[in-house]
Amino acid sequence: MKVAIASGKGGTGKTTVATNVARVAADSGHSVAYLDCDVEAPNGHIFLRPELGAATPVGTLIPKVDEAECTYCGACSEFCQYGAIASLEKVILVFPELCHGCGGCSMVCPLEAITEVLHETGQIEVGSAGSVAFVHGLLNVGQAMSPPVIKAVKRACPPVDFVILDAPPGTSCPVVESVRDCDYVVLVTEPTPFGLNDLKLAVEMVRTLGVPFGAVINRSDIGDGLTQSYCEQEGIAVLAEIPDDRRIAQAYSRGEMICDALPEYRALLDDLVRKIIRNVEEKL
Amino acid sequence: MKELVVISGKGGTGKTSIVASFACLTDRAIVADCDVDAADLHLVLEPEIRERTEFSGGSRATVLDELCNGCGECQRLCRFDAVSCIPGTNGSDRFAIDPVACEGCGVCARFCPADAITFGPAVNGEWFVSDTRHGPMVHAKLGAGEENSGKLVSVVRKQAKKIAEQRGLDLVLIDGSPGIGCPVIASVAGADLALVVTEPTLSGLHDLQRVADLTRHFKVGTHVCINKWDLNEDVTHQIEKRAAEQGITLAGKVRYDRAVTEAQITKQSLVEYQRNGAAVDVRRLWDTVHEGLTR
Repeated sequence: MKVAIASGKGGTGKTTVATNVARVAADSGHSVAYLDCDVEAPNGHIFLRPELGAATPVGTLIPKVDEAECTYCGACSEFCQYGAIASLEKVILVFPELCHGCGGCSMVCPLEAITEVLHETGQIEVGSAGSVAFVHGLLNVGQAMSPPVIKAVKRACPPVDFVILDAPPGTSCPVVESVRDCDYVVLVTEPTPFGLNDLKLAVEMVRTLGVPFGAVINRSDIGDGLTQSYCEQEGIAVLAEIPDDRRIAQAYSRGEMICDALPEYRALLDDLVRKIIRNVEEKL
Repeated sequence: MKELVVISGKGGTGKTSIVASFACLTDRAIVADCDVDAADLHLVLEPEIRERTEFSGGSRATVLDELCNGCGECQRLCRFDAVSCIPGTNGSDRFAIDPVACEGCGVCARFCPADAITFGPAVNGEWFVSDTRHGPMVHAKLGAGEENSGKLVSVVRKQAKKIAEQRGLDLVLIDGSPGIGCPVIASVAGADLALVVTEPTLSGLHDLQRVADLTRHFKVGTHVCINKWDLNEDVTHQIEKRAAEQGITLAGKVRYDRAVTEAQITKQSLVEYQRNGAAVDVRRLWDTVHEGLTR
């Protein structure tokens, strides 16, 4: 069972929910893996404090042209949709940061002069935090494309019965890469105008992908109540409401898990895990 | 004319609230909302749309059912797991391309032995030129789950610059997106100054380092603002120390204030909503950033 924790808006509490759900589910006997798919700004390790193995470089396969074979016919650059390879009169230029790694250039080359080599765009690290298996990825600074690193994080997931993916904020390709093959998505939001607007965008995205989902409303007692009524109108299950408790914000600021720092929230988190599992089993 | 980009690494630190107040504090700027996949600035600035243009950032492949012979070559060649098999009776399988997973490379269309795949421009979103009570604004909406947010950010930024030049404005005020990837790079590269909004949490500190490395990589001068600084004074000190070590100017600290959410609910910027509290900090922040821009 694969469950993504996502949100349109940043800073609504994805990582808080994802790390605590992972820990609480593991404590109640599930075999759990936590995958930090926010490879641009990963924070899960701050809370779960895993022991990690050596970093593995990951990236995109980019073309390497054997210029002894190349006749500069231009078939590769004509084919490339991303402007990542340019065939000039006597030289071929490759722009790795534009390449998506589709392999098209090597397939169209009439002389088979193009091979593919790994261009490192990030790293992944695998380890464990107590009984929770842990994987995260780090996009190298200056690299634009996070989906290949997210794919590598997902590939490195060990076999467990409960996988929790902590998605990046937004609604575009890195989020899609994180949630597209999940069984269920938990959208974390806050009841403010920005939170509601971005929740609507996230709902549009998960509906486009056809993945079942529910919502968690964080800082549920601030704002204007419109988020709650939106969920009701749209028939979106509200799995948990977490109150605006300054102690939660402070525990978060120190990198502490709510389930450790504020044990009175254990029951709420246990209930959230049960509801997630029940919802996934209903949909499967 | 200068370009100021407000970014954060970590999401939800207060970028958009700060940009809305900045827009109110100057009448010499055009606003560019470059958070194209979760734009919120329009909720405060309430733009009246004057022009709207469709955005196509790339192409997309589609299988023509009537021509597909079910050979599956497209699925074998696709590197993006975008092709799925629809099993048919008596071995007459068909294939379909998931528009959300398709990255528009064109490999399947080129190598389909039955020529059953069309390949052409896809509409990925829309961008707008608008007027607000604080001057002109360029903004956009990326389609749900779409690609090419970086290209759309570049379009928004370019349009905003063009309008600023036409109208003789001094500043393009860019609201960026979280992270350090493609849309952030598109909003930062070549800007005159980046203001990084962070918060005093270990996550905020971690992500500030990532985004500061990014602005250094692109040689963009960087100021930092610690929002809700009184939430954890220890981490605030750590951020101040880190900024000083790396030659990043601490442009200001904004106290935690529930008025920030209240202002959002009334569709006002914080400085329109109140004159005391955090609004004082934001005014002071603007003065420092403005001075940093003109220096």
